[in-house]
Amino acid sequence: MIARLLTGAALTALTIGALSVGPAAAQQGKLSGDTVKIGVLNDRSGLYADLGGEGSVVASRMAAEEFGNKILGKPIEIITADHQNKPDIGSNLARQWIDQDGVDAIVDVPNSGVALAVQEVTKAKKTIFLMEGPATSRLTGDACSPTGFHWAYDTHALAVGTGQAIVKEGGDSWFFITADYAFGHQLEADTSAEVKKAGGKVVGSVKAPLNTADFSSFLLQAQSSGAKIIGLANAGGDTITSIKQASEFGLTQSGQQKLAGLLIFLSDVHALGLPVAQDLVLTTGFYWDRDDETRAWSKKFFDRFGKMPTMVQAGSYSAVRHYLKAVEAAGTDDGPTVAAKMKEMPVNDMFAKNGTILPNGRMVHDVYLARVKKPSESKGAWDYYQILRTIPGKEAFASLEESGCKLAAK
Amino acid sequence: MMATIFGIPPQALFGQLLLGLINGSFYALLSLGLAVIFGMLNVINFAHGALYMMGAFVSWLLLTQLGIGYWWALLLAPLIVGLFGVILEKTLLSRLYQLDHLYGLLLTFGLALIVEGAFRHQYGVSGQPYPIPEMLRGGQNLGFMFLPNYRGWVVVASLVVCLGTWLAIEKTKLGAYLRAATENPVLVQAFGINVPRMVTLTYAFGVALAGLAGVLAAPIYQVSPLMGSNLIIVVFAVVVIGGMGSILGAVLTGYGLGLLEGLTKVFYPEASNIVVFVIMAVVLMIKPAGLFGRER
Repeated sequence: MIARLLTGAALTALTIGALSVGPAAAQQGKLSGDTVKIGVLNDRSGLYADLGGEGSVVASRMAAEEFGNKILGKPIEIITADHQNKPDIGSNLARQWIDQDGVDAIVDVPNSGVALAVQEVTKAKKTIFLMEGPATSRLTGDACSPTGFHWAYDTHALAVGTGQAIVKEGGDSWFFITADYAFGHQLEADTSAEVKKAGGKVVGSVKAPLNTADFSSFLLQAQSSGAKIIGLANAGGDTITSIKQASEFGLTQSGQQKLAGLLIFLSDVHALGLPVAQDLVLTTGFYWDRDDETRAWSKKFFDRFGKMPTMVQAGSYSAVRHYLKAVEAAGTDDGPTVAAKMKEMPVNDMFAKNGTILPNGRMVHDVYLARVKKPSESKGAWDYYQILRTIPGKEAFASLEESGCKLAAK
Repeated sequence: MMATIFGIPPQALFGQLLLGLINGSFYALLSLGLAVIFGMLNVINFAHGALYMMGAFVSWLLLTQLGIGYWWALLLAPLIVGLFGVILEKTLLSRLYQLDHLYGLLLTFGLALIVEGAFRHQYGVSGQPYPIPEMLRGGQNLGFMFLPNYRGWVVVASLVVCLGTWLAIEKTKLGAYLRAATENPVLVQAFGINVPRMVTLTYAFGVALAGLAGVLAAPIYQVSPLMGSNLIIVVFAVVVIGGMGSILGAVLTGYGLGLLEGLTKVFYPEASNIVVFVIMAVVLMIKPAGLFGRER
């Protein structure tokens, strides 16, 4: 009896699901709902709120304002929500946005776990998904989507940038402290591969739960491993805590071991302060003080938000701008049509020069290997990085063939 | 050939146990405050984490805005947080004593969200750095690990405060009044003791302990609006395991669970943030009043 009831309920749900896809697919050739609606979905209150959060919303608005908040004569709307770093909440919000609120594109979505869940939804609904916050290279690999775009950076680029650079300097034995979810695992895997490719070895790793307050225990394990390099495969608040406590426990002062922050955002360095963060080597997709164009844009962002943009926030601007240009060129907000248009056009703005988008949605652009300045080198607030090397996009990101994306067969 | 214990070198094990003790110091300080408040007021103070965070922020503000250093903050921040507690108790909590526990819990939970939200709005989530005081920088090489001086200080300070509080409540006249007022407030009032004021001061003392823990935590963790909510759930589990309202239970369980968590981080780190709750579930099944609690 119960089984029959459940089957009935499931069938009903399926029917409703199928019906709701119908109208969206029918509206080709013009703007659905007479508006272009962009939803910025990210962590607005937790450990990743400072690297994206409201800043990504401000950046997206700045992109829309360049079009006069109007496209094809219709208004551009930007809405926001907090996914609380929970994949189920994230995918439910995405589904609701697309089905009920007529959202045409979803932006940001840090936390690889949530992004993978949202990617499933946007793939099924053929909705544009512009990812700046999440890191895992799986988003353009086995979990790729025809309407998904990975914009600012990914674990592959971080591994190539930071991993290779450190092995070249003699850091050839590694121990990882890894955030225990999709992102951390992928970052550890990608970096291990690069380290081994460059002739180094990995002596061990420990998985720390997300949002850990005390890393001392993991740091102690790293210390006793005897590895030359302690790789931090974590992000945001977790990275800040581990770097701070590593300095407290004298891990780096002895000169025997060095920290490698594999994913460090400008907001992390700002929170740590230069005395603690100095000399960290990191890979970033964007730095505000790189050229006149980035400075000009970042200054505008700073005037509105009171902080300099992270690569996630700057990337949100770039991705939304490119998306709107594609809508304009295609004359529609139909997902697959716009996605095709986006992939045709080069990305040229203050974030990326001649960026190209692979069929798997990877936006290929130069990334930068940087070193955090010593307090004595810094000329003032937010003067944090010295760019050591520009890593060409082709080197930083996996090629279509390497990515393992099934869309590869065009 | 070095001997090992369950496949772990003893040196690493000692190191982890010591770290567990340090974390346990925070659990003990916070659960002590909760136990005092619950024991005397019958209020489940969900705002405890927020007040702990406030203690850390007050010391950070004292340092950056007024240039007042760590040692003064150690005194001033608990006073300021305690004063905030007095206001809370007088204006809000005191209205709820006649009602079910649930109302106190909901009120303090709401307050915690408001306080935390306000700080988050003002300061963001990444937190602010607070330097370790000059005197306590550096550390000792113990052979099996490097012990930062500051962490050693935290253990000592927490032990002294916990022991002092326990003695004050169990062995002094004031403590006796407090305990009597919990059992029968009307009778104690009849003896000419101002029970409402005593209750207010008890609450203030309990939250001042949270403020003190906040000051102690500031140099170790980032001073962040989220630092309280990260900790408070564990601390509640500690109180439940120890037995609601049992002072000694809260303190001992605090240290004990810190140690246990430390061990888990060696043997199976993935489980380190749930081990406390597994213990809680087991204790609730076997001894619902908690390890040190009395059945009422």
